[in-house]
Amino acid sequence: MATLNLKELSKKEDLLTHGHRMCSGCGAPTVVKMVLLATEYPVIASNATGCLEVSTCISEYTAWKIPWIHTAFENAAATLSGVETMYRSLKKQGKIDKDIKFIAFGGDGGTYDIGFQSLSGAMERGHDMIYICYDNGAYMNTGIQRSSATPLGADTTTCPAGDVIPGKLRARKNLTKIMAAHNIPYAAQASPSHWMDLMKKVQKAHEIPGPKFINILSPCNRGWRSKTNDAITLSRLGVNSCYWPLYEIENGVTKITYTPKDKVPVADFMKPQGRFKHLFDPQNAELLKRVQDEVDAEWAKLQKEEKCG
Amino acid sequence: MAKVVAVTGNEAVANALRQVNPDVCGIYPITPQTDMMQRYASFISNGKVDTEAILVESEHSSMSACIGASAAGGRVVTATSSQGLALMWEMLHIASGDRLPIIMPVVNRALSAPLNIHGDHSDAMGARDTGWIQIWSENAQEAYDNTVQSFRVGEHMDIRLPVMVCLDGFIISHSIERMEYLEDAEVKKFVGEFKNLFPLLDLDKPKSYGPLILTDLYHEYKRAQHEVMTKVKDVVLDVAKDFEKLSGRKYGLFETYRLEDAEIALVILNSAAGTSKDVVDEFRNKGIKAGLLKPRLFRPFPYEEVAEALGNTKAVCVMDRADSFGGYGPLFMEVSSALYHLKERPLLINKIYGLGGRDYMPSHAELVLNELAEIAKSGKIRTYKEYIGVRE
Ligand SMILES: Cc1ncc(C[n+]2csc(CCOP(=O)(O)OP(=O)(O)O)c2C)c(N)n1
Ligand code: SF4
Ligand SMILES: [Mg+2]
Repeated sequence: MATLNLKELSKKEDLLTHGHRMCSGCGAPTVVKMVLLATEYPVIASNATGCLEVSTCISEYTAWKIPWIHTAFENAAATLSGVETMYRSLKKQGKIDKDIKFIAFGGDGGTYDIGFQSLSGAMERGHDMIYICYDNGAYMNTGIQRSSATPLGADTTTCPAGDVIPGKLRARKNLTKIMAAHNIPYAAQASPSHWMDLMKKVQKAHEIPGPKFINILSPCNRGWRSKTNDAITLSRLGVNSCYWPLYEIENGVTKITYTPKDKVPVADFMKPQGRFKHLFDPQNAELLKRVQDEVDAEWAKLQKEEKCG
Repeated sequence: MAKVVAVTGNEAVANALRQVNPDVCGIYPITPQTDMMQRYASFISNGKVDTEAILVESEHSSMSACIGASAAGGRVVTATSSQGLALMWEMLHIASGDRLPIIMPVVNRALSAPLNIHGDHSDAMGARDTGWIQIWSENAQEAYDNTVQSFRVGEHMDIRLPVMVCLDGFIISHSIERMEYLEDAEVKKFVGEFKNLFPLLDLDKPKSYGPLILTDLYHEYKRAQHEVMTKVKDVVLDVAKDFEKLSGRKYGLFETYRLEDAEIALVILNSAAGTSKDVVDEFRNKGIKAGLLKPRLFRPFPYEEVAEALGNTKAVCVMDRADSFGGYGPLFMEVSSALYHLKERPLLINKIYGLGGRDYMPSHAELVLNELAEIAKSGKIRTYKEYIGVRE
């Protein structure tokens, strides 16, 4: 595994070029660039329908310098499993000799929800691939609708904060742990604020044969209703509040890869985001407290899991 | 040297696939297809083929994986029926839109609800607008022959489209018939090495598959798909010619049976055509000029050729084993479109038969041919569309 030297990395070619049409300040292309920078092999990517896909390959142009395939919304994993199987078949037959790695990119909607079966199937079958979920907490491409990754209390266009219902009433699905429960060799959570940690995880995943899953927090200033220059600040607050803990589960063993020195209140992460604005109204104090309680409970559980090894 | 065997339709097609030895195969169970892919799985487990199987968790993933595998660059097959094909629907359009020559036997079965596992054509007819080539087969021999030929058609450099090879569920898939296999080496040679076009696995020339295409180009893209379909007929005929040289068995865009001088005719797909031919013979013996047309290539549909073949008849019944509720049967719509442009054309009626595996009996063909004889004489049609073989 090569070391991660900023100076060296800065000389590497971006495999997702500039000129794509994602919103300025979007976290997703930063996440993808970090993942690809950490990939030291020839690599082929598949991409679920969503913001990343529609903005990076628009007829006649592509921002991808690597072979890339998009077929539909719910099947980035199944599609890539086909590519990877053809690779294995041709390799077995002596028709190809290169070592190639495979990465699927899907948004939270395309991963937690509609693509969940396809992902679960591909992981169970044991294809040699990394599935990266860039989690921005809603169906952003269609205009900020609720997904099962949308945080408790968030205001989206399908669970709008109104006079009677204060946004999303359900907690997030813990997909990283669900993927680990597939007994895959590697499942992890990462954030672009902690780029070294993120890239180390990708590098590590590439060295492990079989199916790997990495869930990466990916700020969306449109959907989070935040400033265009705070994707990294917000993802750091997500980590430091333990809303988005950084950890990995390798062969069933949980390891927290970063423990915040001073755990900040989750309100610090939420306050700069318009999607949580209503939670700071006095009548929603109860819900805001519930958000904090759930983050604390999950964090405590994770720490316990790490202790148990 | 041909080998004469007694096998089911599923076994025949599984063996055609074994002889072709594709690189990747998507496998998922659904009656009545299941046993075809089970057989293929045993070929893999016993080292009879080089194929890598993908034992998917659904047909949607099967077609998705087949698309990924085909785009990667290599020969890809899967097979399905009914609900499985319905679940693939979204991905069928993507396979053809990406111009990927995936081969898929479809063992025709009814669609739910109510749940029914038996043969009719609702599944493949529901997929007729997905941009796939469709080749239909009367019996195990045809299903085998069509499967072998389909690779040459779909993979042709001027075509590059996915192909469905249709055969009737249970009636053909599970009945044992006499048929002839070609030698493994003959099939291998006939089908040839797979030729890649824009493989994703070519790292030196990275490609992006599946872009977003907006109003500036989508229309042109779809017209290109229409245009490639217009070239399919010639390729199908060329491949059939080569196949005849190899096997002695002749194939066209459709089969005509005693149609040249016929006054009345049935148009009917797949296994029921066999039953109907016997009844046509009986009518001929009675001195009634009956004939039959059995479509083989349904997509693209050979309109001019069908019009020419039926143009001199007086009355025709198009028999559909599927319905477009609130409309005519799907085959009827094609045949009537074909005949419309003729100055003089036969009177046309539509019968819906055999849904959900309801037996199609010689007596049904007899009833229809008698009605056609009456229409030919009187020039009067009692009813344009009617279900036959219904329990009242
Ligand atoms: C089967 C299907 N259903 C719905 C859609 C519409 N759709 C396209 S992208 C999208 C949202 C994607 O959300 P996510 O996966 O979270 O990615 P993001 O856009 O947030 O990056 C939806 C609902 C679709 N393309 N296909
Ligand atoms: S809507 Fe959000 S996720 Fe989509 S491109 Fe814009 S910032 Fe990125
Ligand atoms: Mg999203």
